[in-house]
Amino acid sequence: MDWDLIAESFWPIVLGGLRGTLPLAGTSFVIGLAIALGIALMRISGNRLLSGIGRAYISVVRGTPLLVQLFVVFYGLPSIGVVVDPWPSAVVAFSLNVGGYAAEVIRAAILSVPKGQWEAGWTVGMSRSRTLRRIILPQAARVSVPPLSNTFISLVKDTSLASLILVTELFREAQKIAAFSSEFMLLYLEAALVYWLFCTVLATGQDVLEKRLDRYVAH
Amino acid sequence: MSHTDPPVDSPVETPVDDAAPLLVARGLHKAFGDNQVLRGIDLEVYRGQVVALIGPSGSGKTTLLRSLDALEIPDSGTLAFDGGPAIDFALPVRQSTRAALRDRSAMVFQHHNLFPHRTVLENVIEGPVQVRRVPRAQAVARAEELLARVGLAEKRDAYPHELSGGQQQRVGIVRALALSPDLLLFDEPTSALDPELVGEVLSVMKELADEGWTMVVVTHELAFARAVADEVLFLDGGVVVERGAPAQLFTEPAEERTQRFLHRILHPLD
Repeated sequence: MDWDLIAESFWPIVLGGLRGTLPLAGTSFVIGLAIALGIALMRISGNRLLSGIGRAYISVVRGTPLLVQLFVVFYGLPSIGVVVDPWPSAVVAFSLNVGGYAAEVIRAAILSVPKGQWEAGWTVGMSRSRTLRRIILPQAARVSVPPLSNTFISLVKDTSLASLILVTELFREAQKIAAFSSEFMLLYLEAALVYWLFCTVLATGQDVLEKRLDRYVAH
Repeated sequence: MSHTDPPVDSPVETPVDDAAPLLVARGLHKAFGDNQVLRGIDLEVYRGQVVALIGPSGSGKTTLLRSLDALEIPDSGTLAFDGGPAIDFALPVRQSTRAALRDRSAMVFQHHNLFPHRTVLENVIEGPVQVRRVPRAQAVARAEELLARVGLAEKRDAYPHELSGGQQQRVGIVRALALSPDLLLFDEPTSALDPELVGEVLSVMKELADEGWTMVVVTHELAFARAVADEVLFLDGGVVVERGAPAQLFTEPAEERTQRFLHRILHPLD
């Protein structure tokens, strides 16, 4: 075991995660959730056109590989004159992708709130949008934390694909050191370990969030 | 105030005709698919009056009640408040019309439908603060007063799931009262409760009736309807089969269908 190499490479890899992987995943997740909420509301709306657009969006996102989506944005768009830097390319591709997956989660969560809650909101005088915001979404949020945590944790790992469009992140750091030292097994296992550590911390965060939102749920 | 010498430039008060009904519904029809639930219902409710709607399930009584709060929109018929312009349901009903109806009335649901993520107090002040723009401190004071009246002052910071069914329904009533509606609507408010909890809810409703609140109550509690209602409507098959004062309708129902219904409820084993 080359302990010196482990000691030297560990911090740069973690740093790649903190500076690359997590901000990339976090930014994409937040934007993706906003897209997902919009798509979910389109799907639920009685309007056939909107609902159809939402359905088509989800179908395309889920029916094509994330790597292909990433390459279309980064390598494809320049051929029609749209040149985007690696980082924003990655954010665009990951956000659109999360938007498709999370939309179904959010849609199901909204539909899981009993219809009586909508009616209670309306009868105290609230409009549809206010009822959605103040009554329905807070309850839907509770239901959607576990599946959305899954989506986020998957996203954190999927950002390793961004190394293929030259984004500096956790896996690209490991790759660079591996190429330099030729210790492939060691470096890639080390990268795997750091991903696992990150995801473990995030799973703990999920538990905390669930407990916080559990206050009002009967046990 | 002197009747002989009114101040010259005082604003002219709108004449309030005490004899005019608060609400007049005419010819309400409603179908869900092929199922004709309302087949031409007329209803008048006067201020301070308690109207009980009774009848077998599927008779249309709940749909009628929900129509008054725009939770269902009838296919045709009209509805007017205080002699104002009638809403014609044959025409498209605007969102603003629904809002106007909901401004008039407040609903108490069978399954209370309290907001589970909000405390008792937050449930009660949600409408006043968010919709009616009542200052928060004022809404809280009013909510506390109302909660105290139904014996739930100390539960203000509890979440709904921490309450018994009867307490939840009393909060549901307070949430409706906090809107200061002209009309209180009750949709079988006790039929989801354990039998021993029914009394605490009915007694609150009786107090409200005694205080002069205008109420329309869908109920299976015939003893309550008999004791509290000013008028009872018996619905079956989407029409009002019979209406009258409870003393008359319960003791000498004119229609055979009413007689059979009452008999089934009062003597279920026969």
